[in-house]
Amino acid sequence: MYGVLQQATIPDLKKKKTQMKEYTYTEKKDTRSGFGDGLLEVGRQNPNVVGLCADLIGSLKMGAFQKEFPERFFQVGIAEANMMGLAAGMTIGGKIPYTGTFANFSTGRVYDQIRQSIAYSSKNVKICASHAGLTLGEDGATHQILEDIGMMKMLPHMTVINPCDYNQTKAATIAIADYDGPVYLRFGRPSVPIFTPADQKFEIGKAVMLNEGTDLSIFATGHLVWKAILAGKILADKGISAEIINIHTIKPLDTEAVLASVAKTGCVVSAEEHNRIGGLGDSIAQALASSKPAPQEYVAVNDSFGESGTPDELMEKYGLTENDIVAAAERAISRKNA
Amino acid sequence: MNPHNQSIDELKQTAAQVRRDIVRMVHGVNSGHPGGSLGCTDYFVSLYFRLMNYSTDFTMEGKGEDLFFLSNGHISPVWYSVLARAGFFDVKELSTFRKLNSRLQGHPTTHEGLPGVRIASGSLGQGLSVAIGAAQAKKINKDKGLVYVLMGDGELEEGQVWEASMYAPHHKVDNLIATVDRNGQQIDGSTEEVMSLGDLRAKFEAFGWHVLEADGNNFELLLPAFEEAISATGKGKPVIILMDTEMGFGVDFMMGSHKWHGVAPNDEQLEIALQQLAVKVAADY
Repeated sequence: MYGVLQQATIPDLKKKKTQMKEYTYTEKKDTRSGFGDGLLEVGRQNPNVVGLCADLIGSLKMGAFQKEFPERFFQVGIAEANMMGLAAGMTIGGKIPYTGTFANFSTGRVYDQIRQSIAYSSKNVKICASHAGLTLGEDGATHQILEDIGMMKMLPHMTVINPCDYNQTKAATIAIADYDGPVYLRFGRPSVPIFTPADQKFEIGKAVMLNEGTDLSIFATGHLVWKAILAGKILADKGISAEIINIHTIKPLDTEAVLASVAKTGCVVSAEEHNRIGGLGDSIAQALASSKPAPQEYVAVNDSFGESGTPDELMEKYGLTENDIVAAAERAISRKNA
Repeated sequence: MNPHNQSIDELKQTAAQVRRDIVRMVHGVNSGHPGGSLGCTDYFVSLYFRLMNYSTDFTMEGKGEDLFFLSNGHISPVWYSVLARAGFFDVKELSTFRKLNSRLQGHPTTHEGLPGVRIASGSLGQGLSVAIGAAQAKKINKDKGLVYVLMGDGELEEGQVWEASMYAPHHKVDNLIATVDRNGQQIDGSTEEVMSLGDLRAKFEAFGWHVLEADGNNFELLLPAFEEAISATGKGKPVIILMDTEMGFGVDFMMGSHKWHGVAPNDEQLEIALQQLAVKVAADY
């Protein structure tokens, strides 16, 4: 029947003994705090790092940097277009500007400024964007951008990074100072489990293997990485062996890791807190289509705006939970076996 | 040090040669923006042949140098000609303007590595912000160089210009000399018909700028205005010059009309223009 998903049939798998690598956490924290702490640390390491903020110092956790480096911090006011131009100009004097505002005002509002003054001009600006996706919650759709990854990845020269937890966001914030070129760094508001090691080196463009598996590949980014781990446990209990890979860098995509994994598993789930059009899933699909196509299911927002609600309610309503990943995994395997 | 430091008579000769380049460049590719380019020629020649301290050994940072940014990128012909004539690249390259594989793109870009250009421009309203950022970086670096930026008057209709205009006085960016090319024309007609700009002096003064006015097509008046602007830097306020120019200046049939904003002369019109722009010493590319 049209509109009703077919029940997945997974013959014989239930008998298989499947183990999922153990992931635990002792603390939850918001990824934006990883940015704020990373900015302070990279500011201490590199005197060329400067901070700019459009009236959201508290929300972006930039206060510690501002306090320690007042001569390297610039309050821009509610004027994001100007902020992007200022940042581009500061790079000419050898500065490494980190701009801070919400993801919506970091991208859609200032797309042309980023396009001309930063991306086309190859300026070394780090566009740091908090409150991305649905999980900023109650403010609603005006602030819940779900198109930012797409807009930013379409720009030539732009690198797009969406780390998964506090530690990884902090590491990414520090690592991007050593890369000469424009970067879009996307993070969020809610407290999420800290499960990546504090000393894990952040390598731009290098996917992180979280669990090796054989039945399907789950490629997740940002807040959906933890959900993928939860889904992996549920799938293991069902006898399904999921390979779980954290794609923190959406552009440049670690195509090698994607293709190697899918060559082994034969089907894919992509998971992201973003519109299904133009996000991580499309990047994966493009990589596969150019090489060896495989059945792929998207866990993403289905081409709609968000709305007010708690983060958990929204993730549930818009289909971004571990259960949604499990269902998508079963569909992908069923298509592979069809 | 300015590498040329020309006298007023020499500046006039250089300006005539630059105007010849402009009409020949846009004629050669039958596209481009001669009107604003001709109107701002004396401004560019004043900066690059008399006022700015710079080296033609171009570096992106321009440490210790004065920097120039063009916000209204469509008047690229005048900038390209002046950069070539000032020694940044061979004047022969002017013949590649707007052609495939050229560094002289329709609107200026850093993408092709053209010496003298530090940011892409063309989409209007962005250059003032960039110039302010560059000026603030100079302050952090304790670099005494000044930052110049040119904007069109129609461009002031872009909102970002006013964001930047609020920011610069607030942050006391006083190593900056902005200039508005007040030719009163834009694509669809006069600025006052399309979107009246009103009293620009009052507007910028209200925002906290040190405002000067100048005749942009008369070196005897323009140079003293620049000298006043330079002496007004370092005093806690950004400086802006409202510079009256005539679009198409130097070619009688192009003067005073928005019609030559983005139209190239035909063969006959080119000949008439070149007759009006005779030079004694330089040579066409």
